[in-house]
Amino acid sequence: MDHIVVVGASAAGLTAAETLRRQGFAGTVTVLGDELHLPYDRPPLSKQILAGAWEPERATLREDAHLQRLRLNLELGCRVAHVSSAARTVTLADGEQLRYDGLIIATGLRPRRLPFGHDLAGVHVLRTLDDALTLRAQLLAGPRVVVVGAGFLGSEIAATARGLGLDVSLVDVESAPLARQVGTWAGGLVADMHRDQGVRLHMGRSVVGFLGDNRVAAVVLDDETRLPADVVVVAIGSVPAVDWLANSGIPAGDGVLCDSTCRAAPGVYAAGDVANWPHLVTGGRGRLEQRANATEQAMAAAKNLLVGPAGAVDYTPIPFGWTDQYDTKIQTYGWCPDGAEVKVVDGDPRDRKFVALHYTDGRVVGALGWNSPRALRQHRGRIAE
Amino acid sequence: MKIVIDEDKCVGAGQCVLAAPEVFDQRDDDGIAVLLDESPGDGQLPQVQDAIGRCPALAITMGK
Repeated sequence: MDHIVVVGASAAGLTAAETLRRQGFAGTVTVLGDELHLPYDRPPLSKQILAGAWEPERATLREDAHLQRLRLNLELGCRVAHVSSAARTVTLADGEQLRYDGLIIATGLRPRRLPFGHDLAGVHVLRTLDDALTLRAQLLAGPRVVVVGAGFLGSEIAATARGLGLDVSLVDVESAPLARQVGTWAGGLVADMHRDQGVRLHMGRSVVGFLGDNRVAAVVLDDETRLPADVVVVAIGSVPAVDWLANSGIPAGDGVLCDSTCRAAPGVYAAGDVANWPHLVTGGRGRLEQRANATEQAMAAAKNLLVGPAGAVDYTPIPFGWTDQYDTKIQTYGWCPDGAEVKVVDGDPRDRKFVALHYTDGRVVGALGWNSPRALRQHRGRIAE
Repeated sequence: MKIVIDEDKCVGAGQCVLAAPEVFDQRDDDGIAVLLDESPGDGQLPQVQDAIGRCPALAITMGK
């Protein structure tokens, strides 16, 4: 193997490249990224960067000297136009063609958009550093913010905007913020937290339209409520960035469709938000939109690429996710699905400090920690025992 | 080797403790990583490198 191409230069892509070097791969490593910034980390975008607590450079994943030592062909501002898994080639938008022996796909996600309204000024999504800086400038100019979507990203943006002293409304079709991520029981506590901080919650509601000519003036909900808005942030989830894989011979749908070792085609592996693979311990197939998974799966995919299919190891992580909102840290191991039986095993929800195990069919499938990082870790081993 | 934790970047994920439990621990109140051993021996190098690689906040650096 002489040339490995990594498509995607964010956490998963860079970790894959780093792992190749740490595993002793001495050939050429090309990393292609479609943004112009040096590889940076995304979790701070909705928190420290949006709040203005960090300069943008602080989100950079690895300093320049470290990148130099990795001896990468790091091509930024570069889009892939086509891939052929049969010919093992990647064709860039400018026509340049690269032959690869190994390909690691780590192109992540694109924000899902509403079918209307994104042409209005003041309506934003947040995925990139540029998005975050643009949104920050808008937040500083307008006091009334409506966040559409109360998943991790939307609820963090709401918390950051409140921290900036803005008037914030949070809308979601679910009955509570983070209901899909941590279930309705913990979601109810998240709702209380946002209410205590002065966020107006509109749960169980969907957005049917915007008012305003060139610039958004209000958000209209399905019960005809009108929420006056200077800035709207749409955070209704993401879609895997796989459109560029059309006619490549690499199976794609809800992400890059991999086997249990993260392999999608001969010499082709995927990692991070974009990778869809069967988890052999839980039996489920899917993707994991979690920062820790970007790193862990990139390490696994890079190692499996180098060792080849015969020696490849199944990727069976215990997922880890977290969110920081106001002064609260919520962390999860495993899965906390809605409808799971919840048992508090440490601390007390009334003290806003506890660990809760989540059970499905009598088995521990997830552990949620609320301001309890160290205690939570002690329960990690209970998952998928 | 000398290890430094950037407490402002640390998100309290505890991945470093899982990777190198003899070198890292977490504070009880906020989960911020603390060093049990600021200058571990070379025998700990693979575990420390793993911890650095797994840290989801890139808060750990290693010098000579």
